[in-house]
Amino acid sequence: MSNTPRKLPMKDLDALALGAWILGTGGGGDPYHKLLNTKQLYYQGKIATLIDPCGLADDALVAVVSTMGAPLVGKERIPDAHHALRPVRTMEKFLGRRFDAVMSMEIGGGNGLHPLMVSALTGYPVVDADGMGRAYPELHMTSFAVAGLSCAPFALSDIRENDVLFTKAVDSHWVERMARSLTTEVGSTATICMAPRTGAEIKNHAILYTTTQAIDLGHAVLEAKRQHLDPVAAIISVGHGLKLFTGKVVDVDRHATEGFLRGQARIEGLGPDAESEFIVHFQNEFSVGYKDEKAEVMTPDLICVVDSVSGDGIGTEAIRYGQRVTVLALPGPDVFKSTNGLDFAGPQAFGFDLNFRSVFEGQ
Amino acid sequence: MKRIGVDVGGTNTDAVLVEDGNVRSTVKTPTTEDITAGIRAGLEGLFQKDPTNAVDVDAVMIGTTHFVNAVVQCKSLNRAAALRVCLPSCATLAPMADWPTNLSQIVNGGHFLVHGGHEYDGRPITAMDEKAIANAGRSMRDSGVMAAAITAVFSPLTTECEDRAAEILLQEYPDLHITKSSTLGRIGLLERENAALLNASMIDLSKKTINAFETAITESGLDAPLYITQNDGTVVESITARDQPVFSFASGPTNSMRGGAHLANVDEAMVIDVGGTTADIGHLRSGYPREANNVVTIGGVRTLFRMPDLLSIGLGGGTVVTTDPLIIGPKSVAHRLTDEALVFGGNTITMTDIAVASGLLDLGDASRATRIAGDLVEDAITQAHQMVSEAIDRMKIDASPLPLLAVGGGAMLIPEQIDGISQVIRVPHFAVANAVGAAIGQISGEVDHIFRDMDRDTFLTEAEHMARKQATDAGAAPDTLKVVDVETIPLAYLPGQSIRVRLRVVGDLLN
Repeated sequence: MSNTPRKLPMKDLDALALGAWILGTGGGGDPYHKLLNTKQLYYQGKIATLIDPCGLADDALVAVVSTMGAPLVGKERIPDAHHALRPVRTMEKFLGRRFDAVMSMEIGGGNGLHPLMVSALTGYPVVDADGMGRAYPELHMTSFAVAGLSCAPFALSDIRENDVLFTKAVDSHWVERMARSLTTEVGSTATICMAPRTGAEIKNHAILYTTTQAIDLGHAVLEAKRQHLDPVAAIISVGHGLKLFTGKVVDVDRHATEGFLRGQARIEGLGPDAESEFIVHFQNEFSVGYKDEKAEVMTPDLICVVDSVSGDGIGTEAIRYGQRVTVLALPGPDVFKSTNGLDFAGPQAFGFDLNFRSVFEGQ
Repeated sequence: MKRIGVDVGGTNTDAVLVEDGNVRSTVKTPTTEDITAGIRAGLEGLFQKDPTNAVDVDAVMIGTTHFVNAVVQCKSLNRAAALRVCLPSCATLAPMADWPTNLSQIVNGGHFLVHGGHEYDGRPITAMDEKAIANAGRSMRDSGVMAAAITAVFSPLTTECEDRAAEILLQEYPDLHITKSSTLGRIGLLERENAALLNASMIDLSKKTINAFETAITESGLDAPLYITQNDGTVVESITARDQPVFSFASGPTNSMRGGAHLANVDEAMVIDVGGTTADIGHLRSGYPREANNVVTIGGVRTLFRMPDLLSIGLGGGTVVTTDPLIIGPKSVAHRLTDEALVFGGNTITMTDIAVASGLLDLGDASRATRIAGDLVEDAITQAHQMVSEAIDRMKIDASPLPLLAVGGGAMLIPEQIDGISQVIRVPHFAVANAVGAAIGQISGEVDHIFRDMDRDTFLTEAEHMARKQATDAGAAPDTLKVVDVETIPLAYLPGQSIRVRLRVVGDLLN
């Protein structure tokens, strides 16, 4: 346990981006632009640091940050490092004090790199933890919401000089509703700083060491590629995962409803799975997987679909016919497996009439 | 309809005369340093074969790999300034942020970021700062940079900002050559800007190259319009092509696919071109290569625009075969094949040697290939066949069987039976397929647009209308236009029912 932040070396940035994309379970947006932004800050001598969450003082104050909006809009309105900082400053002004550290709301996808930009600009260390352990489509699907922690104040900035602060909110569902409509109004992309968390709250309720987990996953994939070994096996080994199915995508049904990308991909088995079929459902992220019509894996277990050869994560917007894919499960955070946790992020929260059963049970 | 197709490659310049779809004459000559002489030699070769080849030619279509080679080799490029209409957004990642240093050092002609641009729903981000654009124009004039690329946020949805910014720049600097990103690319600001900057950096080369083409045609005595082939297999008038060299980047592989398909008389097929180092696999739909949906990296620069979707695997005639354990490629002896392969007296086992040993090919000194163990030969062929089958299947978009065109010098490595392939067609006289592909080029129009809250029929009709207008503006005969590609992608997170539609029409040139 150490409360001294360590510099995050440049070589970890690419690994973090790769790992975050895998933990994004098909969603969360491509980390590419935030990776470039962070690297650019590094070239200017502004370096991000990482701190062990257990080294935080109980009364330390942590900014929980991310971008919210449509990944497609992010391709045009590319993320800016300074924009990531704005809601943090709004919040500090409201609180009348500075933060001690910064943390990602979700490690999966582009938001896995989001706090690094704030860290490089402010010197606040990045807490090696997050609120999801992956990516989820909605703001209230966090370990903090499950724990019933306060969901306000909440700050949001658009790219212009519009800063918004919710001083009070009934619950996290209301924060999601209000923030979602504001985000749409300002161009479907905004940066946010969620309700501040204390060091004690982080230690008790955050998903710990997920930054390191993403970096380790990324390095495992990069190293396997360098040595011409199987990157998929490397992900399973480092992520304590399970290989569920190997096959070829034969059909993808995708539609946009209520602001989400929903649908399913059908995968025909190859090799040992030759006689079987796997269907993976998604709502921005992969949610439930059926093997031969039997529910095999479901959220909050992480369902990752990766290229069978390269080990690269495949997004729900990009999955298409002919791709050779491997479906993996990585263990989901325990907090979402409680009765209360399942209400927020279990299969029923995604509209499936299923009782959660972890694919890791009995393994 | 009588057309001359010319393919100006790095090594050879090929010329063919195609009349009503039939190949009448073909000529292969070496490419010359000044380009003009090589094309003239090709044209004169055609006229010598048959003097009537010079009479009543309707059009000359030229395809070339010249532009993409310039970027890959960082050669003959001019400096280009970047004007990005984006502020207050997109401020921290500068233009050329992720370019290889050697390329950005040559091309970088200054970066200018100004207020403006649009949201995804067409509202302005903020008022465009016209004064700042005028200042940028004066700076460009003072620095002497000859070309600029303008990129505005969401310009594929509305070109208003880029159009107005171009007017202002030209007022300050009338000689400036301008590339507007919306004329090239799709949604994805950085990649579209990259494409526009690459385009702007080739303007000088493009002018010289296309002038050389025109000179060659005039000097040969032909009185026919010149068209340049594009990445998607269609052609544009040389005056348009001069301003859009990036659209000719991938015309080589596209022309070879289309030419091969024409010679084999199919228009729905998979195509595999087995060369010395790689096998390139593509998919022809309605006679045109399917386009890439993803980022395409050219010379280390990420771009996103009309490019054929190609999958390259490390399998060709020069591919090195390692024994114990058996590994095929991806290393290749490439152009040193005739020194290093066993059958040419060398000491490296290549796929050419395997093909000779197994009797698929008769080349060089076959006795030297007999030293490879029989079961190794068999295993290597089996493995090569597996690589080919899997790669072809990856490139198919659904399970229905399609014919496969096998072309290129290494086509003997393609098996006769492949899962999901109805028949393997080996194309005769493939040597000039590129030039044939050029000669049969048509005109296209394309739209990539986000529609909101419309029923399917309405937005498809609207999209087709937009694409048809673009094609007829480019010289297509309206009654020959047909839709060859429609893709609809629902957009996550956006409010209402938002659908991104890509639709393409092609048709014959208006005579």
